[in-house]
Amino acid sequence: MSILEIIIITFVKILFIITAMLLTVSYSVYFERRISAWIQTRLGPNRVGWEGILQPFADVFKLLLKEDIVPEKSNKPLHTLAPFIALFVAFSTYAVIPMGPEVTIFGYKVNLVVADVNIGILYVLALTSLGVYGITFAGWSSGSKYSLLGGVRASAQMISYEVSMGFSIAGVVMMASSLSPVAIVNSQYGWMWNAIVQPIGFITFVISAFAETNRLPFDLPEAEPELVGGYHTEYSSMKFASFFLAEYANMIIASAMIVTLYLGGWQVPYIDKLGLGETLTTLIQVGAFFAKIGALIFFFIWVRWSIPRFRYDQLMNIGWKVMFPLSLLNVVWVAVVLMIFN
Amino acid sequence: MIEQYIPIFLVIATAAVFGAAVVFSSKLFGPQRPNDIKISPYESGKKPVGNTSERISVKYYLVAMLFIIFDIEVIYVYPWAVEFKSLYAQYGIFAFTPMLIFLIVLELGFVYVYMKGGLKWD
Repeated sequence: MSILEIIIITFVKILFIITAMLLTVSYSVYFERRISAWIQTRLGPNRVGWEGILQPFADVFKLLLKEDIVPEKSNKPLHTLAPFIALFVAFSTYAVIPMGPEVTIFGYKVNLVVADVNIGILYVLALTSLGVYGITFAGWSSGSKYSLLGGVRASAQMISYEVSMGFSIAGVVMMASSLSPVAIVNSQYGWMWNAIVQPIGFITFVISAFAETNRLPFDLPEAEPELVGGYHTEYSSMKFASFFLAEYANMIIASAMIVTLYLGGWQVPYIDKLGLGETLTTLIQVGAFFAKIGALIFFFIWVRWSIPRFRYDQLMNIGWKVMFPLSLLNVVWVAVVLMIFN
Repeated sequence: MIEQYIPIFLVIATAAVFGAAVVFSSKLFGPQRPNDIKISPYESGKKPVGNTSERISVKYYLVAMLFIIFDIEVIYVYPWAVEFKSLYAQYGIFAFTPMLIFLIVLELGFVYVYMKGGLKWD
């Protein structure tokens, strides 16, 4: 393929993904509100459109028309840079997550992933580390005590859980012998899902993902009863919406990463043995990928509305004294499993 | 080889444009009527007390330092993890023991930090 063809194909994929991403983000907000209402026997948003289905659009337009207040004590360049970093990170991590097998469209062999790079996992880790800056800058530059506390808490929490996250991923890398997400999905053929082969790594990764995305029970950075809004207390209008979007986008990316690394990605066990024809198989596989992500998003929301928040010392203790040794154990476990079965 | 990375650069550029558009859009569409009360820091409606340049507990810095140490160890594990299967085919158990020793040393360092009270939060 020539460079021009690559650029055109990539742009089509990016357009598709940004649209899909914006829709899933706004609808996961809607579903969060509906599911939380359902869990607490309330009604939830049900006025705008049928059963409130247009609520996300109403919210976005409202925020778009609000005044963008910049507090006088803030560091203005960083105050603007912070939501930009948060959004930028959330929307560029998507590039390496494979959504389906290689398909042939109009005679082109197209991989259903924006960028099939051999260092995909490192790319994701690098960008999630960058995400810490968005939140820390937001907290530090706002010139408000609540924001500062939220930002400091967030940075300590996110870097603590990043260590165990890194070690958990090492187990997956060993199974696939590659850092490319495409190869990792391919290595989980049949029932060889990493969640089954390395349950410890799966659990540590899922818990770290909750902590990295600042979701309850790890939402200390924005604990409402103590910190008002945490790091985004002083943000309004679309800058606030940026953090909100980024938070939900990160939740979706975390779900997609859990699916890719541990739940077989787009694989449906033994579907190729059924002889359904190539197009149908591909469609089912892509559908399975999104169904798995949907189930995980539901799980994220379910946990948020069921489990109370940790205390800060408990949070740090779990991160360092439980998750870190467990994720080291996982590396040893995977090595032993590989040595026994190879 | 470099072709692999063209999509990454395109995604990064698109994400940057998108992020900037969202962040600056409310400057375009929203009203701009700041006043003294509105732009003062939020403190539940009261007059703000003190400022934010106070000292932060040293524990947070300790966590940051520990993070740097242990996160670098993760990077040492990755190349080995990628090559583990082929190393095992070539060297057998000796593909695993060096990394086991490395992890034990790492764990010893962790136990030392633990014993010294470096992870204590009260």
